[in-house]
Amino acid sequence: MILIHCPYCDEKRPEIEFANAGQAHIARPLDPSGQSDADWETYLFIRANPRGRHHERWRHIHGCGRFFNAVRDTVTDKFETTYKAGEPRR
Amino acid sequence: MSGFRLETGGRIDRSQPVRFDFDGKTYQGFAGDSLASALLANGVMLFGRSFKYHRPRGLVAAGSEEPNALISVNRGPGRFTPNLRATGVEIHDGLIATSQNRWPSLAMDFGAINDRLGMFFPAGFYNKTFMWPRSFWDRVYEPAIRKMAGLGDAPTTEDPDVYASTYAHCDLLIIGAGPAGIDAALGFMDTNKRIVLIDEQDELGGGALADPALWPWLERSVKALTDAPNVTILTRTTAFGYYHDNFIGAVQRLTDHLPDVTDAPREKLWRIRAGEVVLAQGAIERPLVFDGNDTPGVMLSSAAKVYANRYGVAVGKALALMASHDSGWHDVFALAKAGVGISVIIDVRESVDSALILEASRLGITVYLNHGVVGVNGRHNVSSIDICDYGDQRVSRIDCDALLMAGGWTPSVHLWSHSKGSLKWRDDLGAYVPDVPNENVHCVGGCSGDWDFGTGAIIDMLPTPKDQSRIKAFVDFQNDVTAKDIMLAVREGFRSIEHIKRYTTNGMATDQGKTSNLNGLQIASSALNKPVTDIGLTSFRPPYTPQTFGALAGHAKGALFQPTRTTNIDDWAQAHGAVFELVAQWRRARYFPHSGEDMHAAVNRECVAVRSSVGIFDASTLGKIEVVGPDAAEFLNRMYTNPWKALEPGRCRYGLLLKEDGFITDDGVSARLAPDRFHLTTTTGGAARVLNMMEDYLQTEWPDLDVWLTSTTEQYAVIALQGPNARKVLEPLLEGIDLSAEAFPHMAIREGRICGIETRLFRVSFTGELGFEINVPTAYGRAVWEQLMAQGAQYGITPYGTEAMHVLRAEKGFIIVGQDTDGTVTPFDAGLDWAVGKKKPDFVGKRSMARSDIVALGRKQLVGLLTDDPNLVLEEGAQIVADPKQPIPMTMIGHVTSSYWSETLGRSIAMALVAGGHDMTGNTLHIPMPGKTHTAKVSGVVFYDPEGARLHV
Ligand SMILES: [Zn+2]
Repeated sequence: MILIHCPYCDEKRPEIEFANAGQAHIARPLDPSGQSDADWETYLFIRANPRGRHHERWRHIHGCGRFFNAVRDTVTDKFETTYKAGEPRR
Repeated sequence: MSGFRLETGGRIDRSQPVRFDFDGKTYQGFAGDSLASALLANGVMLFGRSFKYHRPRGLVAAGSEEPNALISVNRGPGRFTPNLRATGVEIHDGLIATSQNRWPSLAMDFGAINDRLGMFFPAGFYNKTFMWPRSFWDRVYEPAIRKMAGLGDAPTTEDPDVYASTYAHCDLLIIGAGPAGIDAALGFMDTNKRIVLIDEQDELGGGALADPALWPWLERSVKALTDAPNVTILTRTTAFGYYHDNFIGAVQRLTDHLPDVTDAPREKLWRIRAGEVVLAQGAIERPLVFDGNDTPGVMLSSAAKVYANRYGVAVGKALALMASHDSGWHDVFALAKAGVGISVIIDVRESVDSALILEASRLGITVYLNHGVVGVNGRHNVSSIDICDYGDQRVSRIDCDALLMAGGWTPSVHLWSHSKGSLKWRDDLGAYVPDVPNENVHCVGGCSGDWDFGTGAIIDMLPTPKDQSRIKAFVDFQNDVTAKDIMLAVREGFRSIEHIKRYTTNGMATDQGKTSNLNGLQIASSALNKPVTDIGLTSFRPPYTPQTFGALAGHAKGALFQPTRTTNIDDWAQAHGAVFELVAQWRRARYFPHSGEDMHAAVNRECVAVRSSVGIFDASTLGKIEVVGPDAAEFLNRMYTNPWKALEPGRCRYGLLLKEDGFITDDGVSARLAPDRFHLTTTTGGAARVLNMMEDYLQTEWPDLDVWLTSTTEQYAVIALQGPNARKVLEPLLEGIDLSAEAFPHMAIREGRICGIETRLFRVSFTGELGFEINVPTAYGRAVWEQLMAQGAQYGITPYGTEAMHVLRAEKGFIIVGQDTDGTVTPFDAGLDWAVGKKKPDFVGKRSMARSDIVALGRKQLVGLLTDDPNLVLEEGAQIVADPKQPIPMTMIGHVTSSYWSETLGRSIAMALVAGGHDMTGNTLHIPMPGKTHTAKVSGVVFYDPEGARLHV
C-alpha cells in the first residue's frame, strides 16, 4: 500500500485515505459557452495516458478533505511529489 | 517401506509420542515432527497423486517449496483445509490428514490411466483438443476434466473459525530466521530500532535446524533475541506479499498446530509497515531433470539432511546421490555422520574437488564421476536406478531405496521480486540474484546468492541415450510438466518464457515454480539455443505460499463484511415486521406486511392509504448537505441547472445536478433557510458523490467563493408524512409553525418545534399528495415517529416502505436518478427541461447540452408505457422493439426503466427510455419477454393527477 504525502496535512498517509481524481492541470474554461465544440471536447474528454511521469489530482478524502496535485510514475507507481492545488505544474 | 526413525538425533521430543491419522490409518510420531517427517519415519513414501497423470508421488523437499505432498486436514465441520504441504503441517494428537487426487485409494488410482496415455497429453493438449466441437465443452469435456483434474477438494461448509488482523510498524523487518536473518537481528538488537523477525516455521533457525553443530549458537541467539525488548519474534508466520513502500502482508498461524479446536483466532493477518526490510529467505535446492525423477523416494539431498538431522528420520536404508553440485556431497557426508546408509555418489561432472573424493572414500562411498541417472525403477518407491557412463554410454543398474538430487541452488527472490527489485543473472550460480532495489530493502544470505555450499555445474537436464520422446523427465512436479513439454512448446514457436510458461503451465501451480522455474528456463534456453537472459523471466506475485481466504478476509465477513447504516427509526420498523432492503449501505424498510400479506398486497394497501388518508415514511437516508456562506447562492447557481439566486428564504426548489458532460447525476429538493444558508438534499446513494463533486468545484475551480459544505445526512432523522390527512396529523404536534395552505405553501420550509423538538419542516411531496418532511435531530427520530403514529391513529396512519414510495412516485412520473436515468440522459431526454435555467450564462453541464450529439435526433427519451393488457406488469430492464416481425437480432430502441402495478389506477404503469420517444405518444411498441411479446402504447410519464391539484391543498 502506497504512502502518499498530503501537502495540506504535511504527512505521509496510506493510500486508502485518498481518492484519485483524474488528470491534473485541466482548468475549467472561464467562459464555457464561448468554447468551440473542439475545444470543449478537448476539455471534457481528451486525457494524457503517459508511460512514466503523470500529473494527477488526488483528494485526501478520508483525511483533511483537500484536493491536491501529484506527479506519479505510471510504471513504478511511485509518487515523485505532491503539491497544493493552484501551485504551478511541477 | 523405506524411511525409518533413527535411533538418535533430531530436535523431536521422543518423550512425547503423538498419534495421528493419515488416510484412515493411525500412526505415531513425536512432538516436533512435521506430518511429512512422521509419515517418513513410519515408512510411508507415497504421499499423493500428480495433477495430470495421477502418477504416484512422494516427498521432494522438507520445506514450503514441497511440490508433491499436498494433503488435506480435517479439523471438524467447516474446518477442512485442502492443499496443505505435508512438510509444513505440525502433527498433534488427533490430527486427521488425507491424501488427494486419488480414487479409489492412494495405492490404486483409476486416473493413473492418464499416465499410460501420457503420450497423448502433450503441452497445450487441452487448448488443442477440447476446442471442438464447442457444444461438447459444457456437457462432455469440462465435467470429465473437472472430475479427473484439480487439486484437492474445496470445503463445502461455512468456515466457523475466527481470523484476527492487526497493523504493525517497525524500523526493521527481517523476513527469514535462518543464520543470515538471525545474524541481522543480532546485529541490530542493541540499537534502539524496533525490530520484527518473522519465520514461516514453528521455530527459528532455518537451515541451522538441520545442522547440529550450530544448535548451541542457535540456542544462545534465540534467547538473546527473545530477551531483547525491542525485538518481536513471529514464528509460524509467512510473509506472503511485499507491497509498495515497505508494506508487507504476513499470516501467522495460531491454532492449527494445537490438538484442540478452540474459539481462539485460527490465523492472524499482519500488515506491517517497515522502515527497512532485510530479506533472509535463503535458497531452494534445485532438482535434476531425468527420466523418472518423480518416483517416490527421489528427493532433494538437502531435504534428506533435514529429515535426518532435524527430525531423526532416515529417508531410506540404502541411499544414492545424483549430484551436479558440491552441496550434495556435503549433505551426504552429514547423513553418513547421522547414521544414514549412503553407498553411491553419482556426479555429472568429470572432476570434483579432491577433498570431496577423499572424504567419500574415507566413508566407503562409491563415486561415479561423469555419470548420470537415466532411469528409475520402482513405481511406488525407488528400487533401483540406471546410471549411464557418459564416457562410453554404458548403462548399469544400482540398487537403492532412495535417490537424492543435488542440482544446485536457486536464491529465493520471491519477495524481492514482489517489491519490484531488479534481478541479474549469475552464470556461476546459474541463477538470478537481487540487483537494484526498488524499496529500502537488503538481501542477506542464501537469497542474495551468498552461500558456502561449494560449486557446481549448471545443466538443463541429465544427458540420456534414451529416445527423448519415450521418457518422462519432470520439471514442474505439481503441474506435471516434463522437459519434453517445454521442448515441444519451443518447436511450436513459443519464444518468450512468459508464453512457454502459459502454454506448458510450468511454474503455474500453487508452488509458483519454486523448484521448477530455473530448470524450465534452462531447458527452454537450450532448446532455443539462446542465453537464458534473452528469453525473459517470469514474475513472482503474491502470495509466496497459498494463504487462506479466512486470513485475508479477517473480520470482514458476515454482518461485518460491510457496514450497514441504519436510521433512528430502524428499530421501530424491525419491531413492526418490516421487510428490509439494502439501498447503498443503508438498510431501508421495503414494506410492512400484515399477517397473511405478500409484498404485492402490502404495497397495494400502503399506496391506497397514502392516496386516501395518510402514510408515514422513514426518509432519513436522504443525503443532506448544509451549504453556508455569503456566496452560497452563487455556488448553487453554478452547480445546479436551476436558478437559485432569486429563491427566497423559506422556499424550496427541485435541483437537478449534471456532470460537466451534460448528463444527469443527481437530484433533490433543497431549501433556502437564510440568505447565506441552504439545506440541500441528494439521493440516498448519491450523497457522498455529490459532496465530493461540490467540494471539487469549490476547492479547485472556484476557490474564490466563500462557501462551506458540511454533510448533515446523519444529523437529521427525516419523516415523510404524506396524504390528504397529513396536515391534520401534524398540526396538533407543532409549535411556532402555521400549517395553513396560505402561510405554508407547497415547496416551502419552516423552522419551529414538533413535540417540543426543533424541526426543519419541509412541505414537499414525492407522492403527489399533500406532504411534509419532518427533519429532527437524529436521536429524536423514533420518538417523533411514535408521536405521529399515535396522533395519526384516528386517520388510520399507515407506515409505508420504499416499494410503495416507488409506485407512488412513478404514478406521478417522478424519476429516480440511476433507475430512470443511466448516466447518458440529459434533462431534455428526461423531460426535465423545465428545471433548466435557460437564461443562466453557465452551470455545470450547460455547455455540453449544446454538443452535436446531445442535440441530435433519435436520442433515448423518457416516456410512459401503458400495456394493452392492463394487468400485465412489464419487467424492468425489458428491451423494446418497434417491429416484432423483424429478423433476429432485432434493433432494440430502448428499455423499460420502471414498472409497477398501480392499485390506485387499477392497472400497470411503466416508464421507459425510447429512442425518439417524445415524438411517439400514442404509438404501439413491442416488448419481448420470456414466453410472449407484449404491446404497449407510449404515453406521458405522469399517470395520476397531471394538474397537481392534490398537492396544492
Ligand atoms: Zn490531508
